Amino acid sequence: MYSIKKEALGSLLAAIGAKRKLYVPADNAGLILFTPYADGVSVNLSRNPDVSAKDFFFPQVENICRFKVCGKTVDVIDNREKNEDFVVFGVRACDVKSFEVLDNVFLSEPVDGYYKDRRDHSLIVTLACSKPLETCFCGTFGIDCAAPGGDVEAYACGDSYAFRAITEKGEAFLAELSLENGGDEAVEACKAKINEIKAKLPLSDLTTEGFGGGKTKDLFNNPKWAELSASCLGCGTCTFVCPTCQCYDIRDFDTGNGIQRYRCWDSCMYRDFTKMSAGQPRPSQLERFRQRFMHKLVYYPENNNGLFSCVGCGRCLRKCPQSLNIVKVMKALREDD
Amino acid sequence: MQELIKKGKELFANGTVDRIIGWTRGELPYDREIRVFRCAECFEKDFVYDAFCGANLSKYLIEESGKEGKIGVFLKPCDSYSFAQLIKEHRIKKENVYAVAIECYGKCDSRALADSVEDAIYWITDNGPELKIDTVSGAVVRNTYDYMLEKCAACKTKKHAPGCDETIGDEGEKVDDCTRFDIVAKLEAMTPEERFAFWRGELSRCIRCNACRNVCPACSCEHCVFDNPASGISQKAAADSFEENNFHIIRAFHVAGRCTDCGECSRVCPQHIPLHLLNRKFIKDINELYGEYQAGENPDERAPLTNYTKADCEPSVVYKRGGKN
Repeated sequence: MYSIKKEALGSLLAAIGAKRKLYVPADNAGLILFTPYADGVSVNLSRNPDVSAKDFFFPQVENICRFKVCGKTVDVIDNREKNEDFVVFGVRACDVKSFEVLDNVFLSEPVDGYYKDRRDHSLIVTLACSKPLETCFCGTFGIDCAAPGGDVEAYACGDSYAFRAITEKGEAFLAELSLENGGDEAVEACKAKINEIKAKLPLSDLTTEGFGGGKTKDLFNNPKWAELSASCLGCGTCTFVCPTCQCYDIRDFDTGNGIQRYRCWDSCMYRDFTKMSAGQPRPSQLERFRQRFMHKLVYYPENNNGLFSCVGCGRCLRKCPQSLNIVKVMKALREDD
Repeated sequence: MQELIKKGKELFANGTVDRIIGWTRGELPYDREIRVFRCAECFEKDFVYDAFCGANLSKYLIEESGKEGKIGVFLKPCDSYSFAQLIKEHRIKKENVYAVAIECYGKCDSRALADSVEDAIYWITDNGPELKIDTVSGAVVRNTYDYMLEKCAACKTKKHAPGCDETIGDEGEKVDDCTRFDIVAKLEAMTPEERFAFWRGELSRCIRCNACRNVCPACSCEHCVFDNPASGISQKAAADSFEENNFHIIRAFHVAGRCTDCGECSRVCPQHIPLHLLNRKFIKDINELYGEYQAGENPDERAPLTNYTKADCEPSVVYKRGGKN
């Protein structure tokens, strides 16, 4: 365990940033967004950033390749961005768990090389949540926000930050920074305090009972879906702020000078999602809404040894324009029991 | 709120409506969901009208008024303009709606309020000018007026558009010292390069969730051109860094002259993009070029952008003369 005074965080980040590309949670228009570290960036570690850390591995949009017609041949040009080593600072336990959910999708055969390359180049410095919010329910999915994991774990304890390496990569990273030893006791006190708050959170009693693999028949035809989805706008906010939503589309864009093939986020909430020649497999918003929650709470765990594809980060609770969310869905469906 | 509940129960009891669309408590202390109440008892039990009912109900009436029976709705002043405009565009069947005009003194930006509190929130008590917030580590108090939605802080009118069936409380007046064009004027005073940089910065945060479009009462196309792969401009995300910006600009053009400035686009944006400024620029231009115009205000008047009179000016000429018609 290593420790630094809180006022030394700036110089620590500068030292990390001098060697590698570094992203930190920073203020931006009233939001907290992961931002490239630079002099003058307003670092804000007060709460989990508004946009999840999945963007580092599964970006909103990325180039796959470019096609160019030259006479009777077509050139295929690999114009993906080249990745360099990077560090993400201040990732919370929920987002770390989301990487496991995404890995199951992108790193199982056939491996997604674009995703894997970014995972391989990353180093994750996590931060324990000293002040979990009313929207937080990571505990529901067995996640401990006081033990966030990653390559290096950080704790904000009183007037100092403590760091602990979790992986070998993290050990080597901390060794480079020549930090002073200490902080063990402070971390234990910090953890005890977090656990005290966790028990008092409004959503602390939410469980996954009634959900998981094998529950399709119990839940699919529940009449509650109609009322739950009635005011859904069909926008993609919940899916795009969600750290585990992993659906994408691949599209071609005519640049006027060839074709750019790119991958971008897609949302099961959209009416043209997975549209095929036979039409839209889920023609109503009720069906699209149900798909999203059934995927998180039933289908994904069924195919991934019981792992839920919700991590309780609470971003959908914060961001849904009409105040719909997974917690409300879980509570409403369970009322029938 | 009690008056509204009384009115709702009365509308159910005398058979005026068979359902009412309104707000109800959500999962979190500051969440207000939209619900269609189908009986007087459930309405009385769950209907809420308070500082957090910022959502505009008008757009839901496009679908709801197409159904059998008659639906009741409570309309805040700004929502009533969306409602009137949608009737004018033949998108809402007025005969299937019973609209009650209600007062509004501004609604709270619940996200900004919650973010101003460090700890997990249990409950919020709305004491009018003050909000008492109970958290896991004790209570804090916030001034309601410090956490207004932008659309409310820059409120243009407390007077309803014509078309409501009755009014509860006193009808308000237009706001004389409305500040809604202040930032537009600042943007106009910038150089084109500064303005371009401003918008590129703001729009760079867009995640293309379409919440702005889907909530917008003026965006009432059944099938948006941006969702139609055959249109050639259907892009789910930016193919290049200007695509996203294009989406917002095209959308602003498409709702120009029909946008009532209800402010929902900026309320729902998860990325805090001030989209209302694009729409207000159009409104300000229309006011300056064709005379004061408020979409939804006059059911019989032709909209300036779909009308022609010999007195119409040439915008480029007007601006060359320094904004004088």
